[in-house]
Amino acid sequence: MDAVSITNRQRELEEEFALFDDWREKIEYVMDLGKALPPFPEEARTEGNRVHGCQSQVWMDARIDPETGRLRLVADSDAILVKGLIGLLLRLYDDRPPREIVDNPPEVFERIGLGRHLTPGRANGLYEMVRRVRELAAAQAA
Amino acid sequence: MADHVPPKLDVAQVRGDFPILASEMNGRPLVYLDNAASTQKPACVIDELARFLREDYANIHRGVYDLSMRASEAHDGARDRVRRFLNASAAREVIFTRNGTEGINLVAQSYVRPRARPGSKVVVSRMEHHANIVPWQMLGEATELGLEVVELTPEGELRLDELEAKIDDDTLLVSLPWVSNVLGTVNPVHRIVEMAHAKGVAVLLDACQAIQHLPVDVQEVGCDFLVFSGHKVYGPSGIGVLWGKAELLEAMPPYQGGGEMISSVSFERTTFADLPFKFEAGTPAIEAAPALARALDYVAGLGLDAIKAHEDAVLAYGTRALKQIKGLHLLGEPAHKSSVLSFVMDCAHPHDIATLVDLDGVAIRTGHHCAQPLIEKLGQPAAARASIGVYNTTDDIDALVASLQRVVGKLG
Repeated sequence: MDAVSITNRQRELEEEFALFDDWREKIEYVMDLGKALPPFPEEARTEGNRVHGCQSQVWMDARIDPETGRLRLVADSDAILVKGLIGLLLRLYDDRPPREIVDNPPEVFERIGLGRHLTPGRANGLYEMVRRVRELAAAQAA
Repeated sequence: MADHVPPKLDVAQVRGDFPILASEMNGRPLVYLDNAASTQKPACVIDELARFLREDYANIHRGVYDLSMRASEAHDGARDRVRRFLNASAAREVIFTRNGTEGINLVAQSYVRPRARPGSKVVVSRMEHHANIVPWQMLGEATELGLEVVELTPEGELRLDELEAKIDDDTLLVSLPWVSNVLGTVNPVHRIVEMAHAKGVAVLLDACQAIQHLPVDVQEVGCDFLVFSGHKVYGPSGIGVLWGKAELLEAMPPYQGGGEMISSVSFERTTFADLPFKFEAGTPAIEAAPALARALDYVAGLGLDAIKAHEDAVLAYGTRALKQIKGLHLLGEPAHKSSVLSFVMDCAHPHDIATLVDLDGVAIRTGHHCAQPLIEKLGQPAAARASIGVYNTTDDIDALVASLQRVVGKLG
């Protein structure tokens, strides 16, 4: 089985989060991920790449790499927590084939206690980002 | 003669009246500082909701049986309680709505719309909640009604000279908040009413952030319409109030059609009920009305002078304390301010601030606070807001400040 498959990535994340004793540690860990998020290409900071519906400003550029046929994902926010959630999303879906993304909904968010952030109308835009990524993957895989 | 000294609030006793304040959030004692969004409920309101549903509940104004009569009497009693709370001259001037927003929409559709001609306008300000922007814009699309926006001083006060200049023959209504939900500015409502009435223009006051913080007397202020939401004055959600002068309300067409608001209906012709029922189509929030009345009893029992004195002291303490935090900037420092501490921090996005203080059990609000034009004008993507209610103390401020210091430690 592919060592970097989404299934494996979800399992790894679940194991990492199992190490934390409480909610504070989880949130601080997500924020640390946010601080380590790779820089966002300035040319991608366009209105079309804005993700609306969050309290912070979020930009996301999701596209299919024409050479590999895989999804490439970059995103950014002015809030560290949201950058951390982006980091988690990248861990799951970046550089994976669209078919595999379609077949693997981001169940790990529920399992690591972040499920409440994945509901429409939440303040951080994670729902909208996941929706966009999976829509793009679905269109490509169709 | 000595200055009037308001009765002192026993805040420990007040806190004991609110069961939720004894609870925890994220394993820490709850520090609830999101009162501008909604207030918590005292036991007497919670109990009245339950009691009414257990003992007195039926649909109102229809049944001839005793239970329905009792429910109707409770509803009528609640309306009169609101009348006394506002010192309105008649209970039929009190229209029950879902919330403040619906009250503004009602005035938009039933007072402004029939008067709107090309060139007509409504005067609002930069500090508006979306509830006092969007209804006028929607009406504008249907009627060419325009919106005049009065700007603010750097301290966050209305530019009164600009307000006066913008009220003219084409103005149908001046619609302003009594207190800003972001800046806390207490607007000079007497002066505003005077200016508008001098030019024959009616005034709507959005009292959603005033009704729970300071004495509101509609006859003394002299405004023409006033709206508020029950849930912001320690009452239930789903009920609000539009108060209007009887002669204006009587001349206005109904807002929504349906049951309760009619006198007689045939397929050829319907005649409408008298005030206040003309504006109350359909079954209302039956159990919410007596609970709202109980909330107003509670607030009146404490005394709005005492509430104001207490909250102003906590606000002053909070203002001094927040200013001590490195890289924190308060938004809005008007001379007259109520209950709201909005701020930004150099080191952290408001969303991150709220996320981190939540871990310490502190509930504050972040975002645009339904006032995007104001937040943008302030040059901010968003703001954090701590807002004070009757049960907050300087201990709550200390908890907020300690938590914000941890934010500085983590992200600064």
